[in-house]
Amino acid sequence: MKNGKVKRVLSARPGPASRTWQLRLYVTGRTPKSTTAFLNLKRLCETHLKSRYRITVVDLLTHPQLAKGDQILAIPTVVRRLPSPVRTIIGCLSDTERVLVGLDLRTAI
Amino acid sequence: MKKTGPKALSSGGSLPKCPTGIQGLDEITGGGFPLGRPTLVCGGAGCGKSLLAAEFLVRGAAQFGEPGVLMSFEETEAEVVANVASLGFNMEGLIRKKKIFIDYVHIDPSEVQESGDYDLEGLFVRLNHAIDSIGAKRVVLDTLEALFAGLKNEAILRNELRRLFRWLKEKGVTAVITAERGREQLTRHGLEEYVSDCVILLDHRVNDQIATRNLRVVKYRGALHGTNEFPFLIAEDGISVLPITSVGLNHEISSERIATGIPRLDSMLSGHGFFRGSSVLLTGTPGTGKTIISANFAAAACARGEKTLFFSFEESPNQIMRNMHSIGLHLEPYVKRGLLRFHAARPSLYGLEMHLATMFREIAAFKPQVVVVDPITSLMDAGTSNECRGMVTRLVDYLKAGQVTTLFTSLTQAGHALAQSEANMSSLMDTWILLQDFEGNGERNRVLYVLKARGMAHSNQIREFLISNRGIDLVDAYIGASGVLTGSARAAQGALEKAAVLAEQQEAARRKRELGRKRLALERQIQGLRSDYETEALELRRIDEQVGTRSLVLFTEQTASGLLRQADAKVVAGSNGKSRNGKVHL
Repeated sequence: MKNGKVKRVLSARPGPASRTWQLRLYVTGRTPKSTTAFLNLKRLCETHLKSRYRITVVDLLTHPQLAKGDQILAIPTVVRRLPSPVRTIIGCLSDTERVLVGLDLRTAI
Repeated sequence: MKKTGPKALSSGGSLPKCPTGIQGLDEITGGGFPLGRPTLVCGGAGCGKSLLAAEFLVRGAAQFGEPGVLMSFEETEAEVVANVASLGFNMEGLIRKKKIFIDYVHIDPSEVQESGDYDLEGLFVRLNHAIDSIGAKRVVLDTLEALFAGLKNEAILRNELRRLFRWLKEKGVTAVITAERGREQLTRHGLEEYVSDCVILLDHRVNDQIATRNLRVVKYRGALHGTNEFPFLIAEDGISVLPITSVGLNHEISSERIATGIPRLDSMLSGHGFFRGSSVLLTGTPGTGKTIISANFAAAACARGEKTLFFSFEESPNQIMRNMHSIGLHLEPYVKRGLLRFHAARPSLYGLEMHLATMFREIAAFKPQVVVVDPITSLMDAGTSNECRGMVTRLVDYLKAGQVTTLFTSLTQAGHALAQSEANMSSLMDTWILLQDFEGNGERNRVLYVLKARGMAHSNQIREFLISNRGIDLVDAYIGASGVLTGSARAAQGALEKAAVLAEQQEAARRKRELGRKRLALERQIQGLRSDYETEALELRRIDEQVGTRSLVLFTEQTASGLLRQADAKVVAGSNGKSRNGKVHL
């Protein structure tokens, strides 16, 4: 991820690259929904992927051209870039159970 | 971008329109889609809605200088480009020139998990970005309904769609949204409830094994529009809608006359042939010489240096040319000089509209002054009679508008008076010539008459129609007490008449001779009588003389005897003799 496109990068101590989860959260500005989603995502990662994750927040208002790449329609959307395969979850991630299923975190625990 | 284009088209007072550039559609909608508002195009699978939307975009970019965004939910950019390339649109070039932007939106429900509340701001952002990056005036969403399959939360989706349409209006873009036809409503997911300005319905139905595409403007708020169903077709150069009713009866009219190629036929049409730009129907049973008359007409036009387009639905061009040799008509030189062009196609090759569109295209490309359609009835097999009448109407209107003289031939079944279809069609025609077979005396003879010819004092006579190796000739049929005689009967009747005249002449001569003879006899008789009379008169004179002589002698003798007897009797005898002599001389 290039710096110019990234709004905020939040990472824990970098572990081995292969085992680091790369997550991208797409938002449009600071809306309540995106804030909720960010907090929910961070909480989940801290619980299940302690220090093995990296969250990139992409604000589509400033980088609208990035929406095409990950086929973003809904906001907020979380895309798991690594480990492959790519996984997508839309919504403010309030349903933890579904997020865990969606991100395949159950097997990772 | 260019706002003058669409605005110029909007007529005073009514909604501003955004021209689609699609053949015929602008006529039906009175100028195009509502400018700056969304239009819904719905229809079943394969009815051409995506194509219509794509053409709207491409023509907008290429013809009206309005860049457009295509948001495709079903096909990738490469697929869209390939699809429209098959219709002769160079979308790739337009994309390169930043006139068109294609955004492929892929949504796969199996890859996406939903958790919690969301909105479709991402879609808005993408659309907004696409519109702003090329300054788009037109937007196509094809088909938005894919979202219903991709997203589970319909409440959110419907809310967002409502917002989307409002947003599109605010953005001021003219949008076309395609949607699948629903069972009980216009669209499967009720998109029509969000689009209230213009709804266009497409359908594709099969009638008698012939598929027809139809377009109907279901709704067009604030504008007059054609409400009928209009057939449309997807041809090599895109969609063309074929409006029947939009063509008004206000063609330019020419009073110029053009020869038919058969002098006697010209004289039947008050001496000068058809009107230029008129439509002529030539009906006849099989083998009455329809194609021959058509070919003659075509050849006459070519000889005048006019371009002629010959649509043949039964024979190949080469066959027509070969057959015309038999009547001494050579068409090849005209073909070589580019004056005559044949277009031959089997009627069953494709549907009626396709034929019509092909004919339109040929006519537009060749720009003929004379068109021959031989025979129009073959095309009737390609559609229902209503469609066919509609088609002929459109063709006639189109040709009349272009001042093209058209000859349609029509095949009637032997034994039938006139098929219904012809009676229908004839009202569209200015001139109607009928060819018929007369059967009798073990032979068939062709006759021709002019059933109607608008605007000219045409002959009401039946003419016998002869085809020889020198060409066509019309002769007067014999019409007498025993009906119309043609062919050998006409010849026999002619001979009979000649014989009768001859006999009469001979009779008169004979009588004349007899009379002469009688007069001679009479004269001879008169001569005889006169000579008789003269003889008798001569005789009488001689007798008279004799009597005179005798009475003189008698007197002399009496005088002498008186002398002998008494002298006094001399006086008496002398007076008696004198009176007797006077009587005789009288």
